[in-house]
Amino acid sequence: MSAVTTAPRTKGARRNRRRTAPLTSTQLVYVVLGLIVVVSALLTLTKDRNFFSQGNLWTIFTAMTVLGFIAIGQTLVILAGSLDLSVPYVASLTTLVAGGIMAGSDANVIRGVLTALAVAALIGLASGLIVTLLDVHGFIATLGVGLIISGYLASNYQGSTGQAAEDLKFFGVTGLGVMPYVAIFMFVAAGLVWAALRWTRWGHHLYAVGGNRAVARMSGVRTAYPVITAHVLCAVFAALAGLTLLSRTGIGSPTIGSQGRYDLFSIAAVVLGGTLLAGGKGSIVGTIGGVAIFAVLDNVMGVMGINPFLKDFVRGLIIVLAVAVYARRSIVRRPARFGHASALGSVLKEDA
Amino acid sequence: MTTTALPRAIPVHQGTTAQRALRAAITPGGGVFVLVAVLLVAVIWSNPNFGDPSFLIRFVGRTAALAIAAIGQYYVIVSGEFDLSMGAVIATQVVMAGNLIGQDEGRILPVMALMIAVGALIGFLNGVGTTLLKVPSFIVTLGMFLALGGLVKYLTGGAATGNPVDKFRQIGRGGIQDVPVVEVIPYSVIILVVVAVLGALLMRSSYGRSLLAVGDNPEAAAFAGTSVWWTKTWAFMLSSLAATIAGILLVGYAGVHPSVGQGYEFQAITAVVLGGVVLGGGRGWVLSAAAGAFALELLLALLTFRDVESTWRNTVQGTIIILAVAASARAWTLGRRPSGSSTGQVTGPPTAPAVDTPAQPSKQPPTRSGTDTGEH
Repeated sequence: MSAVTTAPRTKGARRNRRRTAPLTSTQLVYVVLGLIVVVSALLTLTKDRNFFSQGNLWTIFTAMTVLGFIAIGQTLVILAGSLDLSVPYVASLTTLVAGGIMAGSDANVIRGVLTALAVAALIGLASGLIVTLLDVHGFIATLGVGLIISGYLASNYQGSTGQAAEDLKFFGVTGLGVMPYVAIFMFVAAGLVWAALRWTRWGHHLYAVGGNRAVARMSGVRTAYPVITAHVLCAVFAALAGLTLLSRTGIGSPTIGSQGRYDLFSIAAVVLGGTLLAGGKGSIVGTIGGVAIFAVLDNVMGVMGINPFLKDFVRGLIIVLAVAVYARRSIVRRPARFGHASALGSVLKEDA
Repeated sequence: MTTTALPRAIPVHQGTTAQRALRAAITPGGGVFVLVAVLLVAVIWSNPNFGDPSFLIRFVGRTAALAIAAIGQYYVIVSGEFDLSMGAVIATQVVMAGNLIGQDEGRILPVMALMIAVGALIGFLNGVGTTLLKVPSFIVTLGMFLALGGLVKYLTGGAATGNPVDKFRQIGRGGIQDVPVVEVIPYSVIILVVVAVLGALLMRSSYGRSLLAVGDNPEAAAFAGTSVWWTKTWAFMLSSLAATIAGILLVGYAGVHPSVGQGYEFQAITAVVLGGVVLGGGRGWVLSAAAGAFALELLLALLTFRDVESTWRNTVQGTIIILAVAASARAWTLGRRPSGSSTGQVTGPPTAPAVDTPAQPSKQPPTRSGTDTGEH
């Protein structure tokens, strides 16, 4: 299995060989997104509705927010060569913690939000430590952490409890033009993470560790630090998603995260955005494109009145086909000069 | 029979059979059997009824579906991939059985043949998507999980539909009656034993060896002449076929509902990982994976008997898998050190085959059979 994405650095070299530079996989994500938008707009027209109407765009951006937050965090973890399957439970827990502290009172908003974020950061820290110190693969570590939280949720919360403050609810439904404030916040967060990945030492170390942990270590990178911070940030982003959900529903719910299946869908969105599941290659920009693809698909399927069960069928099909496009493309174009380790195999293998 | 003259050479076997069994037991693949034994004692201690042979065999019968699913998942994991579509395959097969067989006993065999064909086809698609389309198996099988799950729920409307004839449900539910000692031998136990024996034999065949090689290092396996895509595709087909068998057994227990099999993929992966099989491929024994399923079910039974609220099950399960994998990561690393003993390193049977010479107890045992000892 060879690389899915192409590093931007090799672009110049390729341009010499070919007259037209091939698209990077992030650009390809947006080409796919553009195609889906065009098809969706046409399909929406057949129902005598305008895809680009303010209301519809608002719906799409709203739909992007929760998955967007989680997918940003998931991108960091995947780039670092790990995975996070505990995000839905972290999100659920945050709605309960924050909702419980706020108890409908505006005075407690800051305290509720900060506590929720701190709890999530601790969970992320635990996952990160398990992955790095105990040498447990992220899949198992976060599956385990997710199970632990889900047991806690099921034991301590029989149903929905807590109540969001009115301020938070109001923040959730207001916005600028076609975009809710929460979505703007999500895009700003994505921009910050993008900048951090591109320009900070931490970001470069994250790519290095995800690409090849042994080489990164021998190059003098402290391999544990980027992985742990990625896990902490991922949990914090899951908490932001939880707070967004809380602002929408108004109550804390122990099952809201697992109902949304955010673990699998965020991983799918990240891979759909051109990030290599094995780690070390990918971008936040692509992830946002992947999230947008999901949101647009959901929107048009809603407009077309497709059976909710059939939606899953379409989603499954699109995920596999879209990823197959990137994967095949890079293989056809760039035959491996040196043997690569199997993409999935190398990420999952315990470090020798 | 050659004697090893080199003072630093590591003999094939160190110590007696019992010592080697002990060493095998501390590898992850062997350790799970110890874990099963410990849990079994703990369960029987909590509830003496559990020690009753008839009770035990019924427990084995109930666990058979998960153990078979774990055996299927083992093939995929040992080849370095994941199969997340298992639960959806089980749901598909259960719903197919419920709706196509109906109350007509004559249809049992043709529908079962169709189910096996569908299972093989799903596995084939998963395998081809992973190997030829180069999509990560996590994504392919996730897509299959969504697509199949969505389709089944769409076709059934998300509710229980169809009820297969009782004779079909007997496969999962019934058994051979009036057996001495154990009273009844559930058919599911017989099926599990057959699957386990075939599975273990398969891993000793050339296919099994290739599968381990592909999981450990696909490039090296390809250079050695293995058809990597075909080997991996077969692993996915075996996994889906195992899910089909698990589905047939579950019809007997759980009836026909599109949610049957939900979460089975993670349960099976957990069982496989508990069995000491390394995610990423190349290491682990198939029967350890099946033992992992028993360890998981015994753990849940223990929690029930200790009056732990069922809501805490997930927490305990999560803690256990993290600890088990952390422990096995350590153990595999230790096993790889050249100075350490590597008896049963790859397959980790609880008792390594005895090719020992008890005549010379303390000195270097002279026989050298083919075991890889990592000598240097």
